[in-house]
Amino acid sequence: MAMLHTVNKSPFEKRSLDSALSHAIDGAAILMIEDGIYGALKGTAVSAKIEKALGNLKVYVLGPDLKARGMTEDQVVDGVKVVDYAGFVDLVTEYDKVQAWL
Amino acid sequence: MAEPWEEEEGPVKKFMYVNRKAPYGTIYALESLEVVLIAAAFDQDVSLVFMDDGVYQLKKGQDTKGIGMKNFSPTYRALEGYDIEKLYVEKESMESRGLTADDMIIPVEMLSKDELTSLMEEQDVVMSF
Amino acid sequence: MGIEINGKTLETDEEGYLADLNQWEPGVADIMAKLDDTTLTDAHWEVINFLREYYEEYQIAPAVRVLTKAIGKKLGPDKGNSKYLYELFPYGPAKQACKYAGLPKPTGCV
Repeated sequence: MAMLHTVNKSPFEKRSLDSALSHAIDGAAILMIEDGIYGALKGTAVSAKIEKALGNLKVYVLGPDLKARGMTEDQVVDGVKVVDYAGFVDLVTEYDKVQAWL
Repeated sequence: MAEPWEEEEGPVKKFMYVNRKAPYGTIYALESLEVVLIAAAFDQDVSLVFMDDGVYQLKKGQDTKGIGMKNFSPTYRALEGYDIEKLYVEKESMESRGLTADDMIIPVEMLSKDELTSLMEEQDVVMSF
Repeated sequence: MGIEINGKTLETDEEGYLADLNQWEPGVADIMAKLDDTTLTDAHWEVINFLREYYEEYQIAPAVRVLTKAIGKKLGPDKGNSKYLYELFPYGPAKQACKYAGLPKPTGCV
């Protein structure tokens, strides 16, 4: 059954996003939170990883963490959905399991 | 009348603070800023460097209401009043994150990795956060 | 310890600084001043209001020399010096005035 992978570390500093992506199977979801949101942005050295992942995964990013860091929704890679805290909770209930990549 | 802090001219050393972490996810950025503000009382030759994820500390438009943390980015604009005017960002760090000087909350000088390396070599003290 | 105002008790720390700066209102400054046997004049208020504006803009309470310099810039050199400010706030202009203004203790203030 489908798993939700959360990533809370910057992809420029830690390998959490890479690990999450390499262990996420078709139909799983990635949710980027806290410093993990830097992985969801367009025009960076890691954008291509997310663009590629969108082929077989759903990708989400937490809006309040984006805003806190001065990023707007239109800076997010096309296809990545922005969710609020209620949306975060919905995702946790929607998927069978959660794996937090710290 | 001279103010007390204008009188004594002790030895001046070159201090560099290197900021390498994004704000909010960890406490490093805020701690560094506080150390810099406190140390400003000692009238040394201070440089601040923002590189790696540290460049994110200066991103314009931070709004932390949604995460219930204090937005300390306006405090970087107070640095000028503390006579801290040497602010540098690393060009390579900015580029890999898709950031330009226009994204920064304060005016900064953009230096290449090599220029930054030479600047580090000139310092008496380097502190990394 | 706390500040009693309009039937409410506002929490303060062991040095008398307001725990939550959003609870501040001008009456708080008057009560705090009274505890120090001080009566606030327009000259005091000029500094208190300046500090509140400074905090609003920069999200910190300034160090005393930064405050002095900034006051000088805004209100003139006859006010931007420590003699003037210490006469108004004998416990230390940054410390005492910040307290009355509901701000935290200035960063680096020992």
